[in-house]
Amino acid sequence: MSIAKQHELHKRRFGRNVGLGLVLAAFIVIVFGMTVVKVTNGNFSAALQGNAQVQNGN
Amino acid sequence: MTDLSTNTTVTASQPGEAQFGDYFALLKPRVMTLVVFTALVGLLAAPTPVHPFIGFCAILFIAVGGGASGALNMWWDADIDAVMKRTVKRPIPAGRVQPQEALAFGLALSVFSCVFLGLATNWLAGGLLAFTIFFYVVIYTMWLKRSTPQNIVIGGAAGAFPPMIGWAAATGSVSVEAVLMFCLTFMWTPPHFWALALFMRSDYDDAGVPMLTVTHGRRATRVHILVYTVLLAALAIGTGFTAIGGPVYLAVALVLNALFLKGAWEIFRRDEADSEADNFKTEKRFFKLSLLYLFAHFGAILAEAGLAQFGLGGWA
Repeated sequence: MSIAKQHELHKRRFGRNVGLGLVLAAFIVIVFGMTVVKVTNGNFSAALQGNAQVQNGN
Repeated sequence: MTDLSTNTTVTASQPGEAQFGDYFALLKPRVMTLVVFTALVGLLAAPTPVHPFIGFCAILFIAVGGGASGALNMWWDADIDAVMKRTVKRPIPAGRVQPQEALAFGLALSVFSCVFLGLATNWLAGGLLAFTIFFYVVIYTMWLKRSTPQNIVIGGAAGAFPPMIGWAAATGSVSVEAVLMFCLTFMWTPPHFWALALFMRSDYDDAGVPMLTVTHGRRATRVHILVYTVLLAALAIGTGFTAIGGPVYLAVALVLNALFLKGAWEIFRRDEADSEADNFKTEKRFFKLSLLYLFAHFGAILAEAGLAQFGLGGWA
């Protein structure tokens, strides 16, 4: 009985858990993306080149 | 044994268990489309360019803030939602979400959206979003909605803020153009909702909400719709000669305001017998037109901003 109930519970909450998981994943992407844009002042490629120049000692 | 007890308890609560869609419904997604669209227009019509990702985040946070205020509105209005036909299936009156859950959900999203909009863009935009949520929840929902027939007029300001927030997110300031976009939505709200109140007539009576139809009668409501529509038409067409207007906007405004005025005039001329005879056909048509009206006006502002990229928009 307990196994069947537990299984049913997981099944019933599957949609809610997947939804919450997607929201959390989206939140991570948003925070990461905002950080990249702010740190690089919106110019990602120039920031990468600048980093490469620093590593090359220029 | 403990596991079995726990599972039995959870299973017993199944009828009231909220699904993901119920939490989403708390955010009033249909209202959110208006918020997203008008905020997007405010952001894109602004003269200051915004990084696409920051622009996307700004619109998302404004939408979440608007949704949060919707959740708080549903928490406070759960009692009247339960007696209105239009709202009885909402998650709280339907018993799928507990009122305290909606309160916590709304408060958490309110803080999240304002802080993140401030971090993503600027604190003026974040502050305006916070004020909008406060205005909608405290001034409109808690105070005006149940105390004055002017609830829709003053409360309409809450729905008018998004384009101003979008503009502030891009520019860091509030200008005349942002105020004009605010006024457009603000003046549009009363005829839009009063038309709805005319054909959803028993709902507001049953809930005891002092809508104009209940306190001043249906004849007075028809007069008010006409007066506000005339004022709105003057504002909407006048906006066509400002920096956010242009030939495209003016053409759209002239056509739609002529139709809107015609609709308001027809509503004014009808009496209850006429309306009941055709099941409020004219009032329903006016309500549908009001939705197109607002989207088309903001769409035209967006078109002018888009054409300006090619040196074609506006009057210059």
